[in-house]
Amino acid sequence: MLLIAGTVPDEAFPLIVEPVRITARGLALGERIVDIARGTPALAAAAAQAASVLGDPPPTVCMAGDIGRGQGSRRIYDYLAQNLNDVAPSVLAFHYLQPEVDGHLKVLLAVQEMQRRPLLIADAGFMYAAKMSGQAKEYDLFTPDAGELAFLADEEAPHPFYTRGFILHGEASVPEMMERAYRGGNAARYLLVKGATDYVANRRSVLHTLSEPNCAAMEAIGGTGDIVTGLAAALMLHGLDIPKAALTACLASRLAGKFAEATPASQAADIIEHAPKALETALKQLFP
Amino acid sequence: MADRGLLVFENTSEVIRAEDRLKACGFQVKVMGPPPEIRTGCDLVIVFPLIEELNILRVLEQAGVSPLQSAPVASPLLAPVDLFATTDFGDHLMVRAANMKITVDKSSRRIVNISGGGCPDVPYLAREMTGKTLDEAPSPRSLGSTLCGYALQLAYEEIVRQCS
Repeated sequence: MLLIAGTVPDEAFPLIVEPVRITARGLALGERIVDIARGTPALAAAAAQAASVLGDPPPTVCMAGDIGRGQGSRRIYDYLAQNLNDVAPSVLAFHYLQPEVDGHLKVLLAVQEMQRRPLLIADAGFMYAAKMSGQAKEYDLFTPDAGELAFLADEEAPHPFYTRGFILHGEASVPEMMERAYRGGNAARYLLVKGATDYVANRRSVLHTLSEPNCAAMEAIGGTGDIVTGLAAALMLHGLDIPKAALTACLASRLAGKFAEATPASQAADIIEHAPKALETALKQLFP
Repeated sequence: MADRGLLVFENTSEVIRAEDRLKACGFQVKVMGPPPEIRTGCDLVIVFPLIEELNILRVLEQAGVSPLQSAPVASPLLAPVDLFATTDFGDHLMVRAANMKITVDKSSRRIVNISGGGCPDVPYLAREMTGKTLDEAPSPRSLGSTLCGYALQLAYEEIVRQCS
């Protein structure tokens, strides 16, 4: 099972642990419908689209409402700390969660106590917490964009907001920043860096780069990074090794942007609509 | 350093409210990153001139945002980002501050996208701001609660400046 942990921007939204379905009205979790605009619903929708193409069961989400005050995130942290061993996901993706060291450590401890350790993906706030806690090496995949990579490379920054200028706006290339992140112990086993050129790397080297099809507008569209992470998570559940899953996700996302004829004003849902065809095309192109 | 103190609050929303209040009262205050010994997660602190401590605490108490702790600055503090990256897409302009990006339609000044970030107020702010013009949209500091929200405020101020 792919389990996705993250929040929705609605304080009244309770903690829900349910498989997702894509409907014409949005993402269905049991009786509730969530807007697939961006964030964790966009990640879950992309993963659900990929699962349907791959013939896998849809992802399950562990979701709660949070508008930045942390209550929903803490409900998720508590649920995962107490129930992970019973839920027993094979792939676990952490996403928009309030970056809190205590909550992160509580969940990581629960993971370490599981009978079978899942593959761990961290993106967004939970990736910040993983780095801030000094536990990045426990994770299998981080999916930062270039700005977040600078944060991982800055051994002193506890949040991207404090990334020092000489790293964030310096001359360091993406491979140099990845090397610095690994040297500081602030990167996962694999990195998928999303940007004008996508990079897939591990501690030893850059394994893949991808710049085509080029769709510069994607950087402006909220949720495009979430789509890449959702696709990668579904592909990892399907059994692709992490570098192949990451590369395929990057290509499929670019193709979906191209099929959607994305502009800086496009929305993530416009791109996700094209994800099935894009994923099929990417799989044929990479693994003919 | 010794002439400055720092104020620690329960959460970033309170920091933003306190900063607004203190600046409105004319105090020379600045938000910074907390020292490692009191860092818990998504934090900011307010740095202030120590000599003004009593006045500042009184103002904050009257405003209902008293800090958890007030202490002299004893070690170097982290500075927030203060540089911006701008991308011109032709019809649209995007400004990035730290990990947050805001994109507007240049002719209508309408916010078409907010991207980046990882804290849970980002999707909330994006929902509340996208589709509105820079004049209509609420400012991120009025709704945001985290460092990502604060970074978006900086990007928002910069894009307002560039589009004015």
